[in-house]
Amino acid sequence: MKINFEHHQTAHCENGVASNLLLNKGLKLSEPMIFGIGSGLFFVYLPFLKVNFAPGFSYRPMPGAIFSKAAKRLGIKIKRQKFSNPKDAQTALEKNLEQNIPTGLQVGVFNLTYFPEEYKFHFNAHNLVVYGKENGRFLISDPVMDFATSLSEAELEKVRYAKGALPPKGHMYFPTYIPEAVNLEEAIKKGIKDTCKNMLAPVPIIGVKAMRWVAKSIPKWAEKKGTKVTNHYLGQLIRMQEEIGTGGGGFRFIYGAFLQEAAVILKNDELKELSKEITAIGDLWRDFAVDIARVYKNRNSKSDIYNQLSKSMLHIADLEEAFYKKLKKAI
Amino acid sequence: MKKQDIPQDESNLQSANMTEMLYVTDENNNYTTAQSIGWEAKKAALDESMELIYERIAEAKQNVANGIVSPIIYFMELNKMDLQVLAAYVDKWQWTVKRHTKPKIFKKLSDSTLKKYADAFGISVDELKNFDGK
Repeated sequence: MKINFEHHQTAHCENGVASNLLLNKGLKLSEPMIFGIGSGLFFVYLPFLKVNFAPGFSYRPMPGAIFSKAAKRLGIKIKRQKFSNPKDAQTALEKNLEQNIPTGLQVGVFNLTYFPEEYKFHFNAHNLVVYGKENGRFLISDPVMDFATSLSEAELEKVRYAKGALPPKGHMYFPTYIPEAVNLEEAIKKGIKDTCKNMLAPVPIIGVKAMRWVAKSIPKWAEKKGTKVTNHYLGQLIRMQEEIGTGGGGFRFIYGAFLQEAAVILKNDELKELSKEITAIGDLWRDFAVDIARVYKNRNSKSDIYNQLSKSMLHIADLEEAFYKKLKKAI
Repeated sequence: MKKQDIPQDESNLQSANMTEMLYVTDENNNYTTAQSIGWEAKKAALDESMELIYERIAEAKQNVANGIVSPIIYFMELNKMDLQVLAAYVDKWQWTVKRHTKPKIFKKLSDSTLKKYADAFGISVDELKNFDGK
């Protein structure tokens, strides 16, 4: 069985699954629209939570949050299910396929056979769509891939029951109700307000304040933990920033595309200017990644390099703070 | 980022025939999308991470050979796991797993416990038992 489902590659998995699933039901929203309405821009620093032997940084909200928020703001209903028994999970998925329902899944990345080796690690919040089963293999639309692919029953079960942080537990989801007409203007405004609120949050671990905390920690790591550990932490910062479309630069560009679309829908030229501003900030995030990569290459670089990196990141945080303040006023 | 500035660097994506999609601006500053085959800065971070993993695997192997740790540590590193992830896969407390990484205690483990570890690593019980790091 194979459902008539269009695979479109996107920059980020969760937006991609959401926009592909909604498109299948006749609601055409771009990836940036989903991302903006779902308040995908985020930053959180969890210094005590070690991931891959480095502190936890994330440029994204909790998995599922983007689609859930976007759906709520657009009046769409999504059904989400988890299963303690893998066999039940497979049966439920197959039942969906028989009823012509392409289904979103949360999966672990480590056992995704079609990924390159360097991308396989124990990260359990990846998203993909299953849209059929042929010759015992599930047909997979993984939004970060250029092309549709497939997994055997055993392979799919492995990724659906990956363990560690954020275990998917067979998590599957699909839209059950889409209103005839959606109020895009209201949804966009709600999405923007929420993003500004998060990024300007008055707590040290979230948003612009968290970026400053990380920035100020860079020279301290170098002093206390030495070059090797610091470079590994910085590498983690780049990976979280740029891995498969997520994070710093990439997310700012998606947000820029969103603001450009929003400017037209809300007839608000200020948003168009702000789109240019966040694009420039995205470029700075990418420069920051290049500067970190340079630290690896010149291994015995001057010790001042960590202070310079810290300054660059503080500068980005300042620009972002000004940006979210303007954005809040613009709507 | 401007469309013409999009990096097309040699990367790990090629091994899987993948390209990445990015949102970029065109000559009129309008957003569009474009494909990239890879970016040097990201490759450097990924390579650093893999290097660290290889180092940890080599160290674990040496420690097994020297009788300092049990084979569990070697296969844990080989599968890019840490104690937290491994404990979740074998459904045990972290401190229990930590105990099992001591060679003396490892030798006394039942086959059913060993099977849990072997399954988590995707190997046979014999492979796990007989790995000596040499």
